[in-house]
Amino acid sequence: MRIAVLSGKGGTGKTLVSVNLAAVAKKSTYIDCDVEEPNGYLFLKPKKIQTEKISVKIPYVNESLCSGCRKCVEFCKFNALAYISNKVIVFDEVCHSCGGCSLLCPQKAITENEKVIGKVEKGINDNVSVFTGILNTGEASGIPIIKNLLNGDSNKKELTFIDCPPGSACIVMESIKDADYCILVAEPTLFGVHNLSMVYELVKLFNKPFGVVLNKCLDKENPAEKFCVERDIKILAKIPFDKELGDLNSSAKIAVKENNKYNSIFMSLLQDVIKEVKSYETTVNP
Amino acid sequence: MKQLLILSGKGGTGKTTVASAFIKLSNAKAYSDCDVDAPNLHLVMNQSSQAYNSDYYGLPKAQINNELCTKCDLCRQKCRFDAIAVKEDYTIDYFACEGCGVCEALCPVDAIKMKPAVAGELMLYKNGTVFSTAQLKMGSGTSGMLVTKVKNQMKEAIVYADLAIIDGSPGIGCPVIASITGVDMVLIVAEPSISGISDMERIINTAKKFNTKIALCINKFDTNLENTKKIEIYCNKFKLPFVGKIPFDKEAVNAINKGQSIVEIKCEAGKATKEVFEKTIKILDEEI
Repeated sequence: MRIAVLSGKGGTGKTLVSVNLAAVAKKSTYIDCDVEEPNGYLFLKPKKIQTEKISVKIPYVNESLCSGCRKCVEFCKFNALAYISNKVIVFDEVCHSCGGCSLLCPQKAITENEKVIGKVEKGINDNVSVFTGILNTGEASGIPIIKNLLNGDSNKKELTFIDCPPGSACIVMESIKDADYCILVAEPTLFGVHNLSMVYELVKLFNKPFGVVLNKCLDKENPAEKFCVERDIKILAKIPFDKELGDLNSSAKIAVKENNKYNSIFMSLLQDVIKEVKSYETTVNP
Repeated sequence: MKQLLILSGKGGTGKTTVASAFIKLSNAKAYSDCDVDAPNLHLVMNQSSQAYNSDYYGLPKAQINNELCTKCDLCRQKCRFDAIAVKEDYTIDYFACEGCGVCEALCPVDAIKMKPAVAGELMLYKNGTVFSTAQLKMGSGTSGMLVTKVKNQMKEAIVYADLAIIDGSPGIGCPVIASITGVDMVLIVAEPSISGISDMERIINTAKKFNTKIALCINKFDTNLENTKKIEIYCNKFKLPFVGKIPFDKEAVNAINKGQSIVEIKCEAGKATKEVFEKTIKILDEEI
């Protein structure tokens, strides 16, 4: 069972929700797809880490074979190649590794080299398998790392929590594509509603079953709650804004392990989500 | 014109809150929102007039004509983005297609054509001030290009301005790189949590690669005083100008929910932000 946690924006509490759900589940996998700013491992502190480097293919031009026809430069839609002083220059950072230049070069002067853009770390904490993707600073896209994380050897039957990157762009779509259920986390502000409305469009587009967790709830009017009520969206849980939770979270402690109050909040959230997934499965595949 | 970019490594740290306060305080004549994935600045920068909207075209996407297709499968085999699937016919997954054009170039029967595709919308507000913003269409991936367009749209629309304030994009990837390019200074907003410190270090390392001035402030500093201290020590150690601390303030949430900037109401967070602003502008104006 794959459960994706998303929010439209960082800082809303995706990592809080996914880490604590993974921790209350008896046995689970936690996958951190926020490869630009992975944070889950700071909480779960995995041990026995195995590291795999993730690389992409970058063109390499053999100058002695190049005839200067510029077919590669004209073809490249990303402007990653230029022909300057009788030489093809490759701009690694803008190359999307489509492989077009090497396929099309009439002289077969272009081959590809591997370039490392980041890594995937796999470790374990108690009963939680922790998968973390880390993009190197200065690299443009973490999608190859996310693909590796999600298509890796994790057991698809096991309860898996996917901590998604923020936003609703292609990188998030990649993360939820195979999810069985989506949890949307929302803050009680006008910004929060705007961000929630974007991921709401996204899960509807992908036709995924979903529910909302309202985080940082104050005892004031909650525009995010209003948004859910008006659209008849299932509210799975309300997590209060409280000092103790904030302290635990900012010190990278796992709330469910420190305090029974939070343990029961996340335990009942987990049970609700599992129930939701099962009922969705029976209505779709009776 | 000097350009000040506000970054945080992660959303939710308070970039937009700080940016909107700075815009009010400096009376900036030009500003833009480069968080094209989830723009929020417009929510607190109420515009009295309608925006000029224009479509943003990303790279074209592949389109396959199944009447011409001979099912040779070459396109599917060579697509590095797994954007081509085959059931009875060949289909293109528009979300996965990056528009590289390999399939079009390889197809032996010309069954694939690259077609223009709208990937988002650019908005420009002009009424004494220039406000440039955009919204990426769901699932489009070319946000770095759109960020560059947002900044260019702002620059082209300005008649005269001393200062432009840019609300940056989260993360460290392509849109952030596009946000940093060409600015005079980066102000990093950090949060005093273990996660926040990790994000902060990553964005500092990214920003350093561009050789722009960097300063740092802490938002919600009183939510964890120990981590706040750690950040101050970090700045000291790496000689990063530290420009102040903004407290957590429930009034700030109220202001934002009313569509106001935090310096428009009386609150502690607003007061602290004013000091951060003054120190930041001083550094921005210093010649090196």
